[in-house]
Amino acid sequence: MRSDGRSWRSTMLLAGRPVASLGALVLALSPSTTRASEASAFERWVTRHKIPVGDSVTSLVEYVKHHGRGFFDALSLVVRGSTDAVQSGLMAIPAPLLIVLVTLLAYALRRSLPLCLFVALALMFIINQGYWSATLETLALVLVAAFVSTLIGVPLGIAAAHHPRLYAMLRPLLDLMQTLPTFVYLTPTLVLFGLGVVPGLLSTVIFALPAPIRLTHLGISSVPTSLLEAGEAFGATRLQLLLRIELPSAATTIVAGITQCIMLSLSMVVIAALVGAGGLGVPVVRALNTVQVGMGFEAGLAIVLLAIILDRITRPSDKAGNR
Amino acid sequence: MSIALEFRDVDILFARESGRDGKRALQSALGALDAGRTRAEIQKDNGVVVGVAGASLAVTRGHISVLMGLSGSGKSTLLRAANGLNRVTRGNVLLDDGTAIVDVASCDGATLRRLRRGCIAMMFQQFGLLPWRTVRDNVGFGLELRGDPLATRRRIIDEKLELVGLSQWADRHVSELSGGMQQRVGLARAFATDADILLMDEPFSALDPLIRAKLQDELGQLQERVRKTILFVTHDLDEALKLGDQISVLEGGRIVQTGSAEDIVLRSATAYVTEFVQHMNPLTVLTGQMVMTAAGELARRDGELSLDEAGAYRLALDAAGAPQAVRHRDRILGLAIDAGVGPLPPPAGVAVTPLATPLRRLIQLLRQTGHPVLLTQAGAFAGVCGSGEVIRALAGGQGAPRHANAAN
Repeated sequence: MRSDGRSWRSTMLLAGRPVASLGALVLALSPSTTRASEASAFERWVTRHKIPVGDSVTSLVEYVKHHGRGFFDALSLVVRGSTDAVQSGLMAIPAPLLIVLVTLLAYALRRSLPLCLFVALALMFIINQGYWSATLETLALVLVAAFVSTLIGVPLGIAAAHHPRLYAMLRPLLDLMQTLPTFVYLTPTLVLFGLGVVPGLLSTVIFALPAPIRLTHLGISSVPTSLLEAGEAFGATRLQLLLRIELPSAATTIVAGITQCIMLSLSMVVIAALVGAGGLGVPVVRALNTVQVGMGFEAGLAIVLLAIILDRITRPSDKAGNR
Repeated sequence: MSIALEFRDVDILFARESGRDGKRALQSALGALDAGRTRAEIQKDNGVVVGVAGASLAVTRGHISVLMGLSGSGKSTLLRAANGLNRVTRGNVLLDDGTAIVDVASCDGATLRRLRRGCIAMMFQQFGLLPWRTVRDNVGFGLELRGDPLATRRRIIDEKLELVGLSQWADRHVSELSGGMQQRVGLARAFATDADILLMDEPFSALDPLIRAKLQDELGQLQERVRKTILFVTHDLDEALKLGDQISVLEGGRIVQTGSAEDIVLRSATAYVTEFVQHMNPLTVLTGQMVMTAAGELARRDGELSLDEAGAYRLALDAAGAPQAVRHRDRILGLAIDAGVGPLPPPAGVAVTPLATPLRRLIQLLRQTGHPVLLTQAGAFAGVCGSGEVIRALAGGQGAPRHANAAN
């Protein structure tokens, strides 16, 4: 008991220290910006000619917005149209029927009765809490985003595996897409497409795209050489090598990439709601703005349940991996 | 006898870089090779690995030609040049596709694909089977690539599966099969395209010894029926001597000797080959022909051949040269024709057996009869194998003429 108390105190201390130092940093930083006159001569000299990073990005986005209006409008139309179509398709199915269909899908793919029971109960719980239509909106958004990411990501991953130089060029870009804070590219997409589902979906794609690219690349480049040689020795063309050896051999890894892509898309739901996309993110954002702990928790739980369902259904099974 | 596959002055070099730099490195390395520089020097100075240098070899249709050597000797590299898996840097690989002679080293991609789909098949050390497919679909892989219709494919697959004895496993996944069975799937896949030439890259090396011996026997029996031209790579001399009609020993990327099993064992061209031969298993590899004292070396007395040095055994031949009777001191011994397995029927007397009988069987016969064994070729007496010959063979001095031993 005693040692527990001590370790508890020490974690408090440890936790307290960064907070304190962060506060000190803020205190140290803020005067320097407000009282610029007191800055050192060196600092004044460095800041005198500010490199126009922000300004140039702003004007670039403005330029793109003016000259690419037609393109962005068309893209916007396609994205909104497909999301709406998927969404109204899901809405058109009566809730009980949809629950049965999803449960059957889970059984068809996994052959596990406990999972089916969980899927049915989880969906019933979502209806019970009153988040059914929001869940469908989110599901539509996630499905479209994951579909677009797969459509771009898998071919790009294959190309990257066949051309190491392409992968070398792609890598920093993928790192950038995964590390750049979401809000940073949310703003320009907002400027280009306006409020609504489109900027939300595009930001989601940017965030989720690296997963299928990386995992497809990994899967294709780790196909055993002996299998490729067997294909060549029996006279396979390059297309036959891809379709009959590389893709089947890498299938498990590629499916893992798509599953990851779906999960990443789902994790963007709240941020997409900030720029006007509908779905389960909306109640979370509203709960944040109006400090409603209960509502935030309900919606959050619905997101988690949806995530678990999607993950369990789409995740490549261990058994398939051995074959 | 027509030649199905021929390597002519083949050099296979690997450059570290690709593209123009690599080509330049290869050219200068070829120059260095011609100037007589060694493999190690070329690797150090030009950054080029010499896989095979100056290899020439002709494989007769319907024969098994074995490439043998230690790892790194270039045997697999040479084999893989036959179907273009390795690019030949200089020289020709001539392949008879049934209508014309094609040079694999210089033909275009479409021709190479046509050859691979119908003229030359391959088996791999690690089997190279597609683990997500069933046995049936693995066997039909080559047929599928060349676009055979489903019905044809099914017929051929069933036929080849029966050939290798895997019919009842057709719809299993290959991962459910043992190593030996997997390699039989590999064999059926190689047979499926009806290619005349079969490349086998250490096909049995990954298997345990019992299964390996069994598959070697099976291959031998199959070969009797299908008569393919087989290029076979192994590092195991026993396997080479057992299967090969012709054996080539490679050392450091060069073929140091090509010949029959007898040539390799009895007339080793270099010290390297001799060393190889010393490590074989004499009981299974050596045959009567390799260990016997030939008829021509036996002393003649009163129209009879003296089978041992003391002259205790005397052999009389008939007009056709067949053994007629053996006299031991003053007793006449009966002749017993060996059936190859099991003990001889009593009364045994002196055993008579063909030239190709393995040493293990000769020892069994010697032990049962207590007399030297007579070796015949097409019925005619060819030589004798007594305990002296056996001991000499086991001691590593096989085939040395008797008088040379006596002189020591």
